[in-house]
Amino acid sequence: MKYSLTHLKELEAESIFVMREVYAQFENPAILFSGGKDSIVLTHLARKAFWPAKIPFPLVHIDTGHNFPETMKFRDDLIKELGVKLIVGSVQESIDQGRVREESGKNASRNALQTTSLLDCIEKNNFDACMGGARRDEEKARAKERFFSHRDDFGQWDPKNQRPELWNLFNGKKNMGENFRVFPISNWTEMDVWQYILHENIAIPSLYIAHEREVIWRNNSWLPVSEHIQLGPNEVPETKMIRFRTLGDITITGGVESTADTLAKIVEEVASARQTERGNRADDKRGETAMEDRKKQGYF
Amino acid sequence: MDTNNTETNSYLDMELLRFTTAGSVDDGKSTLIGRLLYDSKSIFEDQIEAVQESSDKRGLEHVDLSLLTDGLKDEREQGITIDVAYRYFATPKRKFIIADTPGHIQYTRNMVTGASTSNLALILVDVRHGVIEQTCRHSFIASLLQIPHLIVCVNKMDLVDYSEEAYNKVVDQYKSFASKLDVNDIRFVPISALHGDNVVNRSEKTPWYGGETLMHTLENIHIGSDENHIDCRFPVQTVIRPHSDEYHDYRGYAGRIAGGIFKPGDEVVVMPSGFESKIKSIDTYDGPLKEAFAPMSVTMTLEDDIDVGRGDMIVRPNNQPVATQDLGVMLCWLNQRGPIPGAKYTVKHTSNEARCIIKDILYKVDINTLHRVENDKEIKANDIARVMLRTTKPLFVDEYNTNRQTGSIILIDEATNETVAAGMVIL
Repeated sequence: MKYSLTHLKELEAESIFVMREVYAQFENPAILFSGGKDSIVLTHLARKAFWPAKIPFPLVHIDTGHNFPETMKFRDDLIKELGVKLIVGSVQESIDQGRVREESGKNASRNALQTTSLLDCIEKNNFDACMGGARRDEEKARAKERFFSHRDDFGQWDPKNQRPELWNLFNGKKNMGENFRVFPISNWTEMDVWQYILHENIAIPSLYIAHEREVIWRNNSWLPVSEHIQLGPNEVPETKMIRFRTLGDITITGGVESTADTLAKIVEEVASARQTERGNRADDKRGETAMEDRKKQGYF
Repeated sequence: MDTNNTETNSYLDMELLRFTTAGSVDDGKSTLIGRLLYDSKSIFEDQIEAVQESSDKRGLEHVDLSLLTDGLKDEREQGITIDVAYRYFATPKRKFIIADTPGHIQYTRNMVTGASTSNLALILVDVRHGVIEQTCRHSFIASLLQIPHLIVCVNKMDLVDYSEEAYNKVVDQYKSFASKLDVNDIRFVPISALHGDNVVNRSEKTPWYGGETLMHTLENIHIGSDENHIDCRFPVQTVIRPHSDEYHDYRGYAGRIAGGIFKPGDEVVVMPSGFESKIKSIDTYDGPLKEAFAPMSVTMTLEDDIDVGRGDMIVRPNNQPVATQDLGVMLCWLNQRGPIPGAKYTVKHTSNEARCIIKDILYKVDINTLHRVENDKEIKANDIARVMLRTTKPLFVDEYNTNRQTGSIILIDEATNETVAAGMVIL
């Protein structure tokens, strides 16, 4: 027997360890569940961490009211299967209460409004730790995020005043009113998440798989046509084979053209996107102009 | 379809190597990381285009690969890195996590943090300057934190015409310094991060160099024995009690194995109670295991119904850690404010927690020369000192150099809740 773990198994062990620390160190933790692949993987890991017991945390969904119907069905089915509590923080409610003001115009989105609803939801439910599926490879500012990320009583993150994290000793101590965001899959990359979903055969919303959908070309991606977006005078819906790489508010979640209709094909697509060589640039450029052309067709 | 399968399978068979880099603003650390990411094709087109654009704007001749890793806006403006940043890349053989730490500001704090989870350290030396104070500092911290492998990258070979003599001079200089270090595996490689020589691709300009490229070493260095698989240590994180019909009487101890190999049927003893029992099962969501080893996260059940909870440690009767309230540690002070004499701190060790005072400061270490400083015992930010702690209850510890998990502690300020110090146990 070989006494070493594959990298996915090691990442899994690390994430499970972190979630158990959250359970042990906090009184009232929750999982932030968006319905996206990262929060689905997080929930899957929580199931593993506490098996054969149920997941000891509620799932919190910050609902912009502008959802893909597929995401909502997926969420409700999963909740039923896991037997855990769902808590919804509603952006519509925040708007109705006058806590936030809805954006207007063509590119109006409720994405930015989510923060207020989330902070309100944390306060209302007295959550002292909210676990999220953020990864350090996603963005430069996140490269410095801790596993246990301390927030002051205004919910703010001060990147210059984060607690050092050594070995696997996590410090979740806090004063009244303060809370933590915890990121158990910090060390995973997009590729790891996909490979894990494939390997573990984790159910994901069908939106991630290539499918035919009515879309418009806006802000460099294929935006799904729904009751929540206003079409510009020159925007003509087209039917395309697309899939979504991330899932969020339907008004800002753009898809990519793809024929990847199985998980294995998605992994292949993600892998080749990473392996784009400098020498292949001409192809990419050609691809981009090709897209430009289609865009022009759509507009004019 | 076949190729797809091979690719998927090989991905599932990859190992994880965590390494730390340390360097100052000028010795090319960011450029080297940029080079590793770039040459291993871990960078998206849009990222590289953005970097190219910034490089052009600054009127640089080369694409400045260091721009790939300098994250926060402040850092870009000041041209420095202010905290540990984690980077990721993969080759078909391994996945890598880089703990990228700055070389100057708060260097001890950041380097110690980055080093604590690493299997390997990259030490950068500018071939023109040779071993300088900072090189010693980085190497000493790597040694102190017991990073098993060191790779000394002799950088900027392009600026000395790829001279073998210049390279050998640095290697000799480093070797004579390294005799003071507690590291078994030290390797050297002549590189130019800027031009990519011997980083991923073998350089034609160093025909005299018979060793491997940096990437080849990173991909092949043996890390399988970095975990302790001899001394069985299982710190209990939490107790799992499903209270369901199916698992009515189930009582499982959840934790991450910190050392050794456990099997059902093994005789074990629970610390601190001293109760003995046998392992009944080692459970996971994916099914029971015949054996489990560090660093796996599992749930154990015992044959006997004994009282076990968070902070307890399950070990083997004939191989136990030391239970003590008097703890000798090498302490790295991480906070801006030094310790207040007589103050109590919370000490965290594995899943256990106690309160403690710093009873005695034996000496400080000058991390540039490795000399003991016995006449100055005032601990300040970024100082390293050998101290004695007295804890309110026994902790179950091993020497840090036999087990990094059961041999490490952190101190937490009880007023601010900040993590103020990190310590390595010396028995």
